[in-house]
Amino acid sequence: MIGLLLIFLYAAAFFGTFVIASRLFKKLFESRGFNKLKTVTFGDESAVIANRLASVVSVLTVFWLWVAFTNSSIPLPKMPGPFIGDTSFTYTATLEDGTTDEATITVRVFREDIQLTLDDDGNAGVAPDVPEVEPGDGFAKNDSTTIARYGFKVINVWTNDEVSKKDGSLVTALNGIPVEPGDKIRTDAGEIGLTDKGTPTFSPATGFRMARLYLPAPEIVVERFFRLNSEGYQGYSLFQHTRYSLQRVLIGFLLGALVGIPIGYAMGLTNWSRGWFDPIVEFMRPIPPLALIPLIIIWFGIDEEGKVVLLFLAALWIMIIAARSGVSGVAISKVHAAYSLGASKTQILTKVIVPNSLPEIFTGARVAMGVCWGTVVAAELVAANVGLGKMIVSASKFQQTDVIIVGIIVIGVIGFLIEVGMRKLESWLVPWKGRV
Amino acid sequence: MSELLIDNISMRFDLPGGGHVQALKDVNLKLKTGELMSVLGPSGCGKTTLLNIVAGFLAPSEGDIVLNGHKVEGPDAERGMVFQQGALFEWMSVRDNVSFGPRMTGKSRADYTPTVDHLLEVVGLQDFKEKAVYELSGGMQQRVALARCLANDPDVILMDEPLGALDALTREKMQSLVLDLWKDTGKTIILITHSVEEALLLGERLLVMAPRPGRVHKEYNLPFADLGVGNDLREVKKHEDYSTTREEILEMIWNMEEEIMGRAEESA
Repeated sequence: MIGLLLIFLYAAAFFGTFVIASRLFKKLFESRGFNKLKTVTFGDESAVIANRLASVVSVLTVFWLWVAFTNSSIPLPKMPGPFIGDTSFTYTATLEDGTTDEATITVRVFREDIQLTLDDDGNAGVAPDVPEVEPGDGFAKNDSTTIARYGFKVINVWTNDEVSKKDGSLVTALNGIPVEPGDKIRTDAGEIGLTDKGTPTFSPATGFRMARLYLPAPEIVVERFFRLNSEGYQGYSLFQHTRYSLQRVLIGFLLGALVGIPIGYAMGLTNWSRGWFDPIVEFMRPIPPLALIPLIIIWFGIDEEGKVVLLFLAALWIMIIAARSGVSGVAISKVHAAYSLGASKTQILTKVIVPNSLPEIFTGARVAMGVCWGTVVAAELVAANVGLGKMIVSASKFQQTDVIIVGIIVIGVIGFLIEVGMRKLESWLVPWKGRV
Repeated sequence: MSELLIDNISMRFDLPGGGHVQALKDVNLKLKTGELMSVLGPSGCGKTTLLNIVAGFLAPSEGDIVLNGHKVEGPDAERGMVFQQGALFEWMSVRDNVSFGPRMTGKSRADYTPTVDHLLEVVGLQDFKEKAVYELSGGMQQRVALARCLANDPDVILMDEPLGALDALTREKMQSLVLDLWKDTGKTIILITHSVEEALLLGERLLVMAPRPGRVHKEYNLPFADLGVGNDLREVKKHEDYSTTREEILEMIWNMEEEIMGRAEESA
């Protein structure tokens, strides 16, 4: 239900902001002259240039939806929230002889995350006391109880009654409406009903917002981000978790490149090497690195060594194949030209074949870095002492959803930065790529 | 007197499934220093194979290439090659491309810098020295290729459809450039082309080759290359012999193509 609403709102935001933005910023949407006729051809990314305004609005929309569907304190339009505060409903007890009596149940609904909410002095909140109520007259007495938001409670109303359930006191109506066991009645504050055995139940209305366990509000995640930096998580600060993960990726990738590129060159240059390494490379390449984790743990344990070996293996095949195709891809006319200009075999290797293979190697390096980053997080999920993957898997065991989300965001941002960095490095080192 | 001797060259390529293709059969040619010969022929007549054999990229099945009295045994700086396109080194500037040959053969910077600068001026690229080659147009790239080849001061220049990828206007300008360079440097040049007009304009000698097996079909000695040096090539085209020779050669090649098609249909 919430999911459908979310999709609907997201689609509405997409089209709505487009209509608004295209009215407000006409210039950004104008296509000049024949460009109007431009169509996207396959493989031609340049045909459509991203509208950066749309990117900004897109990110803001996700942020707004996050606020709208959580119990955030950020003042933005929000979905109807869950019920909080005191509410009451009546029940009618009927004895075997037909005598009836009505009593009131007062329920105090409190924040489900009260223990996680700190006051200004840093003290955690506590669940409120049960509200005091007059017992009232008749054999059925008034009751009171407390319940956390998003909760569900079975209320044993007979504890203070003069006639117990065992002695024949049955609840026959709620809020004056006759009910059978198993029935439910919706009220403004939530849902009241009877269990199959006839005991009154109450669950407060949840509105359209998600409980903190499922999705903490943005400010909680931001606060957690800073606390993870200052206090750390399981003995390591967020920075250290990140650094360990990154360090593993860099060492593993560099080792993979250091070994893979020469092997790839050898495969591209001599038939013996090609024959020798071909079966190994073709066999190992399709195996996802994650499938190797169990074996790696058995062989190397869960410390740094195992992670580095895993990432080395993740990067190795990609780099071998990139270097191999870089060498094989050299146009024969370039080699011929170099020969007839008087170059020796060694000169052709260093001055023609190696530079010619750089664009391919860079493409491989970009892919390998991405794969390594994904693999290190997954490897840490399985077994590690420290690292971003370790942090989020531990947090999931303690239901610290905010820590998980901080971890996911950091993983995403770093993955993105790696890609951007590799692209920058590429356009700096091999500017001729894709232009010949 | 130095010369290039193509002595009874035959080339057979073995096919993977047994059998072979006779790419060239008994080709005999003699080029004097400073001669410019253009080579024409339908696809599959072995033009490029012949050029690759002269360059030393392929060893002939039979026969020898002899240059200035010694046998050719592989590629060497004495036989420069200009390719259609894509043979420049994108990771080097224009200047580094042109100085590649001298640098590889161990000449000192002081030795080759004046030559390189001069050649860049000859081909009209003095203002593009530091540019990357991928920033240049196709015509400019071929100018770089010509300069690069000349920087090594080769005895023979082999051109494999050097202007094939250029547009008609650029092509005409480049044809004049090739003629001027030929006259200025006095190099022996073998030029392969698909264009009958280009072969007529640039070929002091014009060789028509026939396919299956690749062989010399007919040879012409033409006055147009000499006429074209320093002149407007469009004027040369008005020469009365020009159009008659062109028609004759076109007819010849047309018939060869027809014959190939006929043979293909027979065997099908």
